[in-house]
Amino acid sequence: MSVATTTAARTVKTTVATGKSRDRTTVSLVFLVALWFSLFFGVVVLLALIISTATKGAARFDMELLTNYTSLVSPETSGFRAGILGSLWLMLFTALFAVPLGIAAALYLEEFADSEKWWNRLIEVNLQNLAAVPSIVYGLLAVAVMALMGFSDSGTVLGGSVALALLILPVIIITTREAVRAVPREIRDGSLALGATVWQTTWKQTLPAAIPGIATGTILGLSRAIGEAAPLVIVGLAGSIRFDPEGLMSNATALPMQIYSLTSQSQEALRQAASAAIIVLLVMILGLNALAIFIRNKFQRSW
Amino acid sequence: MSSNSSSGAGSSFGTGLPPAVDLRAKSRPGERVIRIVLVASALISVAITFGIILALIEPVIAFFREVPFGDFFAFEGDFAVLPLVTATLMVTVIALLVAVPLGLGAALYLSEYASRRSRKILKPTVELLAGVPSVVYGFFALTFVTPTLLQDILNVGVGFTNALAAGLVLGVMIIPTIASLAEDAFSAVPHALRQGSFAMGANRMQTSVRVVLPAALSGVAAAVVLGMSRAVGETMIVALAAGALKNFSLDPREGMQTMTGFMAQTAGGESPVGSLDYNNLFAVGMLLFLITLVLNMVSISFVRRFRQVY
Repeated sequence: MSVATTTAARTVKTTVATGKSRDRTTVSLVFLVALWFSLFFGVVVLLALIISTATKGAARFDMELLTNYTSLVSPETSGFRAGILGSLWLMLFTALFAVPLGIAAALYLEEFADSEKWWNRLIEVNLQNLAAVPSIVYGLLAVAVMALMGFSDSGTVLGGSVALALLILPVIIITTREAVRAVPREIRDGSLALGATVWQTTWKQTLPAAIPGIATGTILGLSRAIGEAAPLVIVGLAGSIRFDPEGLMSNATALPMQIYSLTSQSQEALRQAASAAIIVLLVMILGLNALAIFIRNKFQRSW
Repeated sequence: MSSNSSSGAGSSFGTGLPPAVDLRAKSRPGERVIRIVLVASALISVAITFGIILALIEPVIAFFREVPFGDFFAFEGDFAVLPLVTATLMVTVIALLVAVPLGLGAALYLSEYASRRSRKILKPTVELLAGVPSVVYGFFALTFVTPTLLQDILNVGVGFTNALAAGLVLGVMIIPTIASLAEDAFSAVPHALRQGSFAMGANRMQTSVRVVLPAALSGVAAAVVLGMSRAVGETMIVALAAGALKNFSLDPREGMQTMTGFMAQTAGGESPVGSLDYNNLFAVGMLLFLITLVLNMVSISFVRRFRQVY
């Protein structure tokens, strides 16, 4: 505050003295252009990324891309069936593990916990911290959890989805809390005044009103999980699997894992296949985001 | 019950809204169980943190039983971690050189220049960058930035894998992290400060740079530190584009392996559980976790400071 006031005072002196009180001086126009540049730099990079990847992979946009398995022997016809199915399986179980837990934790923190108590503040700081733990560390954690539960096989659907669920749990808790917090106080007070208990109020009033926000946050969390490769590398998902996943304990691969292992290969045809796979992955992520935006616009109420 | 609630309402009648606590008298059977389930779910987040530490600690102890401390914190040798740390630092610094000016610029525009309507459109375009998977950025760094942009267009003599390309792309990836936290900090600066500045005849640039930016300094610091923590922990870009060999060098044009790059390579190499290589992976992971933990704590304390001031 004091910094701001002293700098404001200095600003005032210089501007009043020189009379440059308008927005159209050369310096401030250059500044504005610089701000525009930093705003649109990212978009330019994104366009370069999509165009360069799409042109590399353009020759491969056919049904074989979706229906064939990856093959190092005949890279021209190799596809990503195992990866796409693997990613879908992983998303299903990640959501099953993370969503109920995340919603329950968020409801406790928002509706029941006394935020003055030190243990609740500890949970709070801890959540902020977990949201910034590197994703690769969650891979290490998942390996330890799997060992603890007695599963010795590496690279299974279960291991991968445990890693991804742990990874997106803080995201889901934080977004759910925001959605719950946006439900106005009066709705809770009305319900409580009619004699409902706190849990009845939460379950029948607050939670239904917050569902669109929770759904949006969950889908965005999943769209982050579907592109993650680092924890899956640690858990041991292989890029070279040539069969469909059949259950929780089945070995599987995922689309980002296949992109990673194909990019590490130097053959041009494999790189081309990887480019096409990237477009498939981006389309899946775009689809999830579009769904989230649709839900937000269609169902979200503003009070 | 009825007397209880009526007296509660009566006592707070004159003071405006009754505190909700007064109404929480009734309890139904089974709700205790529900509450315990909710508390347990919230505690899982704490359990995860301790789980991470416990998961790391056992292999790390096993590792240091066989490898002396001095061999781990060394510049040369099979288990030397310092070349990985310097490479991580190198890539992180390059990334911050890209992301800090661009992220702060985007944040300043969004909070000081953009109208409410244009912010609604522009903000998601910045956040789009965060939605792209890091393995895709890694592919882009390896197949476009290094060969096309650096080697062909800019004529920089870089290797097939190099810290420069990885750092540049990593910088682009963390722009949204820095921009969104910095924008929060800029928006938290009270309007009175801006109005005072405008009233004295300052234009928007002067107000942004000399009033808003200094006033939001702790928030900006939080944004930069969080961006740094993201950069240190990011894996797939550096695993693909920074290199797969330990290399203690200060030349960003050379390939060098970072901590996360080493972890991805070791895990992909299928070393058996309990082997020395496997435990080495956890030792590096522990160091990475501690570094990012410290950075996150610093960032959180900075955020708390700007929340408290205004």
